[in-house]
Amino acid sequence: MKSEGKKKIWADYQKEIADDHFFYVRSCIRQSFFPGSEQFFLHFMRDVLGKDVYENPSHTSCTGIGYHSDIVPLRTIMAVVARHFALMKESGYKNIAISCVTSFGIYTEILETWRHFPRELEQTREDLYKATGREFDIPENVAHTSDIIYKFSNEIAAKAKYPLVNRLTGSPLNVVEHIGCHYAKMFPKHGVGGAEFPRVLSGMIESWGGNVVDYPERRHCCGFGFRQYLVQANRGYSMSNTIKKFASMQPFNPDLVLTNCPGCTMFMDKWQYTAKEMEGTVYGRNGEAIPVLTYEELAGLVMGYNPWDLGLQYHMVQSEPLFRKMGVVFDPADKFRTKDGKQMPSPADLINV
Amino acid sequence: MGRRVVVIGAGAAGMEAAGQLAKAGCSVTLVEKEEETGGNVRNWYHLFPDHRDSKEVISYLDSRVAHKNLTLITGTTVEDMEQDHGQFILKTGDGMALEADAVVVSTGFDLFRSERKEEYGYGIYDNVISSADLEKMFRKGEVLRHDGEIPRRIGLVHCVGSRDEKVGNPYCSKLCCVTAVKQAMELKKKLNTARVFCFYMDMRMGGALYEELYRESQEKYGINYIRGKVSEVSENFDNRLVVKVEDTLAGRPLKMELDMLVLMAGMEMSESGARLARAAGLKTGENKFFAIADHHFGSNKSELNGIFYAGTCTMPMNITETISHARAAVADVLDYLNTLSG
Amino acid sequence: MDKFGFTILKARHINYDANDKSVAEYICEHEPTFRVCIECGCCTATCTTGNFTSLSLREINILIKRGELARVNENLKKCMLCGKCTLVCPRGVNTRNVITLAREALKNKFKDAV
Repeated sequence: MKSEGKKKIWADYQKEIADDHFFYVRSCIRQSFFPGSEQFFLHFMRDVLGKDVYENPSHTSCTGIGYHSDIVPLRTIMAVVARHFALMKESGYKNIAISCVTSFGIYTEILETWRHFPRELEQTREDLYKATGREFDIPENVAHTSDIIYKFSNEIAAKAKYPLVNRLTGSPLNVVEHIGCHYAKMFPKHGVGGAEFPRVLSGMIESWGGNVVDYPERRHCCGFGFRQYLVQANRGYSMSNTIKKFASMQPFNPDLVLTNCPGCTMFMDKWQYTAKEMEGTVYGRNGEAIPVLTYEELAGLVMGYNPWDLGLQYHMVQSEPLFRKMGVVFDPADKFRTKDGKQMPSPADLINV
Repeated sequence: MGRRVVVIGAGAAGMEAAGQLAKAGCSVTLVEKEEETGGNVRNWYHLFPDHRDSKEVISYLDSRVAHKNLTLITGTTVEDMEQDHGQFILKTGDGMALEADAVVVSTGFDLFRSERKEEYGYGIYDNVISSADLEKMFRKGEVLRHDGEIPRRIGLVHCVGSRDEKVGNPYCSKLCCVTAVKQAMELKKKLNTARVFCFYMDMRMGGALYEELYRESQEKYGINYIRGKVSEVSENFDNRLVVKVEDTLAGRPLKMELDMLVLMAGMEMSESGARLARAAGLKTGENKFFAIADHHFGSNKSELNGIFYAGTCTMPMNITETISHARAAVADVLDYLNTLSG
Repeated sequence: MDKFGFTILKARHINYDANDKSVAEYICEHEPTFRVCIECGCCTATCTTGNFTSLSLREINILIKRGELARVNENLKKCMLCGKCTLVCPRGVNTRNVITLAREALKNKFKDAV
């Protein structure tokens, strides 16, 4: 594989990412499933880099999951998104930083819709004004938070305590990157590096010392699929897609999977548990499953934060094998202990422990 | 000396037209941007439908331009063209000004740059090559993978950069299907035990003896045809290529591993032609080639009096058509020169 | 299924590399016209059986070549060997003989082969 060819493509998909003063919009599910991710993003941006990142308490779900499940109509979701833009305007911000790839896809799709069909934009302005009395501006800069971490990946590398290197062998860790479909497949120009060979995560991995694994099903969907997952009887469809990916990456012996989309992280993490339960299959080495991390979690781990503060214990696939490879110092006794020292119940059936 | 004609581009069309004009008594200047003449023909090894060595075509063309009335200037581009009292003044890249009573534009085509179909990974995956790359291997006499191994399973992808609005080329390049058939047969001749697969959308076998070639490729060489456009290429752990395609005749997606994949690059308006069009204010059509004055009666005429087109600068053509088109351009030029007074 | 309420699906794609192409090879050897089919569908259009059942000779041809033999076996039984397919083929494929050869080659692969 020739990296020069990829570099040429990346040069064609350079994206403008704002440097400061972000209006931050959270994901619905990340706070429950990967609770350390958004917290670390805010800490890193505000306390480490000294950036201005603002959260408005009136921000709601973008209703993207409802939209993709045929519950929320287009006109409604356009008004919801317009309301977020109104909150942004009222708070005096022009750069939006979006935590979720589904939301990012919703925002970019709606902005493109308004660009191509100005009548829809006028309709939305009218709808929002009638419903709430609010007015909005189109953001000057739209970035997914993985774009922002990508932008500052060298700053993270400079502070790396545990680079993505196997301490025992000295060789780089094999990292699979998985990009959410709605990050760039609809609009390649809005993704760092485009849709076929995205750079946003592979850039972080290389910058932090890892080896990027390019495997045959890299571009395949994680299997989330919204309505497919929401109906229980259809979940086999969702899971079969995930299994297809893991079976394809298995020969490359990945040490971890890095994702930028909440749905992907959730399904690639949790379906590994289900696959083990249903078929007895695991896809890592030595009978282990492959840890699936968000980019904030990985950034925090590389920078030497306590993995329990990053929320890694809340994954289905536990990351201890990864910690041992990276040399991360951790205390198993603290794993399910609250900040004030209380012992929480420990979940049963965790994988990799 | 007779009237002065400048011919721009010394590929098959330009060489044929220039030679013919010189024979008819015109004073001809043939300008070529490369150091060598012959254009795209030089990049091919054997030609369809009869497997003739392209060198025979090159030596035929060379013999056409060896004429006392013809001046050949190579390594030079025409940067601008102006008209003054019926006279054309062509400015070259190295500062010359060529005067002419008529101009023949024969700037030819460029092969589609396959890396623009990002999903095929040309320039990234080691064993994804273009049809032109394969011709080079044929000329060299060895078809090998990047690691030096002999490929045992080879795929050929039709319509790369043709019939593809995503890359801005909605038209059919006409020759890629037959090129694939020809190359598939050559691969089988060279690598007897290899299995060869053509991935096609339609088999467009419109030229003389093309359909016969297609049948021969099935009957004598056992070439496998799979109807469906390859959607994505990747590389597996063993450094083999994995293609995803729908077998549209079976109505199901199909996955296959290959040792080598050859992309049948389509034909596009050449970059130098596009530059000339902008500089000289010549119209281009929807397919981005030079726009001909009339589809039935004026395929050699531009919308400007005295400027004529020959060959693939107007549309995809094979060599036979190119040479015929160039000869027809000469008839139009001579006609036009006769109408000039004095 | 009991525990989770759903099952893992089998991939729908034709796994060309894993499939058995020996039937196709056997037919090519004994009836070389099998190779020159261009999938025009003339045989299917005229087929007596195909007008009332799911037998498609055009599809059979492709499925044999791709090694999707279970479906071939299932459908091939329906043919009555009238020979109309061979009569109409513009490419000169002896489809009737292709069917006979396919049945022969499938005999030791499926218990319920004809």
